[in-house]
Amino acid sequence: MVIVGRRPARHRGEALAGLALASPALLVFTVFMFVPLGMTAYYSLTRYTGFGEPRFQGLDNFGQIGSDPLFWRALVNTGVFTVISVPLSVLGGLGLALLLNRHLPGRGLLRALFYVPVVISAVSAGIIARWIFNENFGVANRLLTGLGLPEVGWQTDGPAALASVIAVQVWTSLGFAMVVYLAGLQGIGAEVYEAAVLDGASRWRMLRSITWPLLGPTSFFIVVYMVITSFQVFDIVVIMTGGGPQNATTFLVNYAYDAGFEQRRQGYAAALGAVLFVIVMALTLLQWRAGRRRDVA
Amino acid sequence: MRARERRVTGWRLTAAVTLAAVVVFPLYWMAVTALSSPGVLTRPDAALWPTELRWENFTRPLQQFPFARWALNSATIAVVSVALTVVINLAAGYAFAKLDFPLKNTLFLAIVGTLMVPIQVIMVAQFQVVIDLGLVNTPTGVVLPRLAEAFGLFMARQFMDAVPDELLEAARVDGAGALRAFVAIVLPLSKPLVAVLVIFTFMWRWNEFIWPLIVLPDPDAFTLPLGLRFLQQQFGNDYGSLMAMSLLSILPMLVVFAAFQRYFVEGVARSGLR
Repeated sequence: MVIVGRRPARHRGEALAGLALASPALLVFTVFMFVPLGMTAYYSLTRYTGFGEPRFQGLDNFGQIGSDPLFWRALVNTGVFTVISVPLSVLGGLGLALLLNRHLPGRGLLRALFYVPVVISAVSAGIIARWIFNENFGVANRLLTGLGLPEVGWQTDGPAALASVIAVQVWTSLGFAMVVYLAGLQGIGAEVYEAAVLDGASRWRMLRSITWPLLGPTSFFIVVYMVITSFQVFDIVVIMTGGGPQNATTFLVNYAYDAGFEQRRQGYAAALGAVLFVIVMALTLLQWRAGRRRDVA
Repeated sequence: MRARERRVTGWRLTAAVTLAAVVVFPLYWMAVTALSSPGVLTRPDAALWPTELRWENFTRPLQQFPFARWALNSATIAVVSVALTVVINLAAGYAFAKLDFPLKNTLFLAIVGTLMVPIQVIMVAQFQVVIDLGLVNTPTGVVLPRLAEAFGLFMARQFMDAVPDELLEAARVDGAGALRAFVAIVLPLSKPLVAVLVIFTFMWRWNEFIWPLIVLPDPDAFTLPLGLRFLQQQFGNDYGSLMAMSLLSILPMLVVFAAFQRYFVEGVARSGLR
C-alpha cells in the first residue's frame, strides 16, 4: 500500500477542496462504520434486548460465549468449512487458470462459464443446490444410485449436509480464484521460462519451481480473501440447511444472527461480532506473517 | 513436436470443456426444472433434458406474488447504490490521492482498516443506527450503510494515484483550481474505474441477502433474494415454480455479466491485488 508523500500545502484552497470532496465519504464512514464499531464494542459489554437501555455488565457476555457449547460448535463448523473449502477453491482455481492461460479454442467463453457461479446470488445458488441435494428426487442421489452407490442423507446426516454446503461454496468461489490467478500468471514474463526450457526442466518442475513461487503474492491475496469470506458464510446455509441437522451446519454468522435478531440478545450478538472480528484479524495477521517468513527464506 | 503440441491442446480442451459442463450443470438443471411439472420431476426415471414447456411455472407465481415489486425494489437499491458509490468514491479517491488536507493519511488508514471488518461484526449496531434514523423498511436504510465500504474508496484512490501529477500541474498553471482539474482531467480518464465500481457494486447490491434481511422485514419492501427465500418457504416441493423465479432473479445479473465480462476480469486484476 502506498501512502503519498507529504507535499507542502500549497493553498488553503486545496485543503478546502480536499475536505469538501472527501466529506461525503467521511460522513458515511463516520455514521455507518466508525460509530457502529464503537457501539459494538459498548454493546458487547451490556445486556441489551433492543428495547430500553443497554445494561452494563462488564465481560459477562464473553464469559458466556466461552462456556456456550453452541458457540464452540459453530466455531468448529466454521473452521472445518474453511479448512476444506478454501484449499479446494484455491487449488481448483489455480488448475483452471493454468488450463486456460495459454491459447485454447473458445478460451474466452470457457473462462466466462467458470465465472458465472460467482456472479449469481448466493440465495439462488442455495436454492438450486437444495433441489439438487434433495434426498428423494435430487439429481445428486439419482447420480449416486445410477453408479450403484448408496443414497446420501444430504439434509438428515450432519457430515453430508456440511459436505453439500462446502460443495456449493467451492462452486461459487472457484471462478474468482481462477480469474485472480489468470491475472497473476499474466505478470510472469515468458523469458523466465526460457532458461528452464534450455535446461530441459519438465513442466511439473517449472510449475513447482517457477510458477508457484512467483504466484506467491497472488495466492496470499486469494487465501486471505477466501478465509475472510468463508468466516462470513451465511446465505447459502440459511437457504440449504437452516443450520441443521442438529446444528451440523451452524456457522458463526448464523449463530450471531440468531442471537441478535431472532432471540433479541443484542449485547450477546455484539460480543459474538467482536469475537468474529478478532478471529478474522488474527487469521489475516497469521497468514501475513507466514507469507513474510516464506519471502525471507 | 507440432503434433505433440496439438495433442496437448486437445487434452486441455477436453478437460476444460468437461469441467465447464460440470460447473454449468446446476444452472442448466435450474432451467430444465423451471420448465417441468412436479409429476415429471419426481419420477425416478426423470429425464435430464426438458420434456415439456410448462410456462405456468413462470406465470402463476408472477400473478400470486409481488415478484415484480421485489424486482423493482432490488433494481432501485442497486441503481441508487451504484450512482452514489461512484460519485462518493471518485470525489474522495481524488481528494485522498491528489490533494493535501489535514489528517489525510490518518483518515485514509482508518477507512482502509475497515476492509477487515465484515458487516456481520457490526450488524447489530448498524441496525440500531438505521432504527434511530427511522429508515427501517426503506431502500435508503439498505443503501446508505453499505456505502461505507472501503473497497471502492481504496480502488479509486489507487487508480487516481496513477494519474500523472504533470497533467494536473499543467492544468493548474493554466489557472484551473483543484476542482476544475478534477472535472477536466481526472474524470475523463476514470472510465475504467467507473466501469469496475459500477459492475461490482451492482452485483453486490443485487445479490445481497443478510443486510436487506435485517432492514426490510415487510414483504412489500423485500428485494429479490428475500422474496426467493419467502417463495422457498411457500412452495415447499413445487420446485418448478421456485426454479422459474430463481432463474428470473439471476437473469439481469447474467445479462450484465455477459455485456461487461471484460471489466469483471480487469476489475479483479486491477484491484492492485496482483
